[in-house]
Amino acid sequence: MAENPPTVNAIELTGVSKRYGEKTVVSNVDLTVHAGERLVMIGHNGAGKTTLMKLMLGLTRPSSGGVKVLGGNPASASASQRQILGYVPENVAFHGAMHGREVLAFYAGLKGVPAAAYNGILARVGLEEAADRRVSTYSKGMRQRLGLAQAMLGEPQLLFLDEPTSGLDPSLRRQFYELIDTLSRSGTTSLISSHSLNEVEARADRIAILKNGALLACGTVSELLEQAGLPIFVHLKTKPGSAGEVARQMAPVGEVHTLQGDRFELLCTGSGKMELIRRIASLGEHVEDMNIVPPRLDEIYNHFMENNEP
Amino acid sequence: MRAIRLLAVNEFVDGLRNRWVAAAVILLGTMAVTLLLVGSAPTGTTRAGALAVSVVSLASLSVYLLPLIALMLSFDALVGEFERGTMLLLLTYPVSRWQVVMGKFCGHLLILGTAIILGYGGAAIVSIFTTETGVAGWEAYLTMMGSSLLLGAVFIALGYLVSVLVRERSTASGAAVVLWLLFVVLYDLGLLGVLLADQEQQISQTLFSFLMLASPTDTYRILNLTAFDTVGQAAGIAGVAAEAGFGIPLLLTLLTAWVAVPLLATMALFQRREL
Repeated sequence: MAENPPTVNAIELTGVSKRYGEKTVVSNVDLTVHAGERLVMIGHNGAGKTTLMKLMLGLTRPSSGGVKVLGGNPASASASQRQILGYVPENVAFHGAMHGREVLAFYAGLKGVPAAAYNGILARVGLEEAADRRVSTYSKGMRQRLGLAQAMLGEPQLLFLDEPTSGLDPSLRRQFYELIDTLSRSGTTSLISSHSLNEVEARADRIAILKNGALLACGTVSELLEQAGLPIFVHLKTKPGSAGEVARQMAPVGEVHTLQGDRFELLCTGSGKMELIRRIASLGEHVEDMNIVPPRLDEIYNHFMENNEP
Repeated sequence: MRAIRLLAVNEFVDGLRNRWVAAAVILLGTMAVTLLLVGSAPTGTTRAGALAVSVVSLASLSVYLLPLIALMLSFDALVGEFERGTMLLLLTYPVSRWQVVMGKFCGHLLILGTAIILGYGGAAIVSIFTTETGVAGWEAYLTMMGSSLLLGAVFIALGYLVSVLVRERSTASGAAVVLWLLFVVLYDLGLLGVLLADQEQQISQTLFSFLMLASPTDTYRILNLTAFDTVGQAAGIAGVAAEAGFGIPLLLTLLTAWVAVPLLATMALFQRREL
């Protein structure tokens, strides 16, 4: 989370398209990532997440549109601009015959990071004990952590993480996100792609939803919720005997379903939520308990996936 | 420079780790020792000397072996990293693409250089101390060592060109074999065939010499078999090219061009390539 209001945009994409022959992989994407922000791209396989990252890293060039990363064109980025980038590719691969420490030493050398610093990073990702073993003996999780370790070299200001937690067990995932959170608190901008929606919900400042190469929506969870217009569920428990009165009062603001005797389920839109709460408050002691259930991220995601045909 | 050095060292250490360096040193060393010791037997104490005599046999073998070693080292250099996905990561680091090519080139050259210096050089030292002719002919021998490295460099560069042009490792290995056959075997066979067919001698000697210079392996042969009198006598050939008057500088320039052109082409193609 950015401490100060962002001044410079870390990434700016304007009308970016990428075609390979006949196939359009990214079509007309406008996206801005503010400095210090954690932006998560979600989308199905082949939605264009990896291609977008490659475009931002300057590994490939857009067919049309403009890509600006840290104020410059990434395809012609100077060494000093690359110095402050970190990247974990989707299928991170290393030379299997090298030891973990050798791999990190090699990448650290390219960035001019001293040995003390990279040994510290090995400890931070929990690879200290395995550092002097061949990478080919590493598990998927260890390889992924080595991938994150190399991305952390040289205190990057901008991190690109392409499905960083695929293949990790839940506890490793949590560790992984804790590491990213720590980096984020020190001001690192991170762009994460994922398709496990619920795990990123709490980790993202903003979420971008991609489908078939097009950007369907981008915003905070509550902004997406508003755009999607999905109903909020409100569960109410009334005093015995007050059920009828409560149901009558609630009817104008939401759809009422009686569940059993003194329990209701109300469906209301995001904009009607406050009115609903005021009415509940005015009912005083008739209502014993309430519970607001906003739509989950995967419901929002499904909504965008099903109702948009780019 | 730091990036090139790091990449070169990485490539060399990799060569040490997977025993490429050791294998090449042993191969070239055994070959050179055998030829030096066996080769000196018939000449005895003639003025040609063991070193000069062995230049003929070593150069003739090197022309087959060094291109093969060089291509095996290099065909995988770029396409292998594309396939494994390591190139993707490497290029997000503060490294230019030409530096990647140059760094690998220096590393592979270092592997080949180590093999030539330890293998051929070691054998020469053995020969100097065990034969009566001693150091006679050392200029020719040193030239052979230097030009062998240059020949290796030519095929490392050609291997990179293959590596950047194809999409798959398996295609690259096939193309490397074809390249080897073409330059080491087929081109010479073709030239011989043309000579045999040319009953009316329409092809002048000059034209034939130029045709030979069009192949890096023949340039290497001409350089080693005709550049020094002592070797020319041992080789027993009048020196087709020597008569056409090719000096060492021209031959070295030609070989250097055979390194530079494919290397620059590789860099240009790599620069344009999208990952």
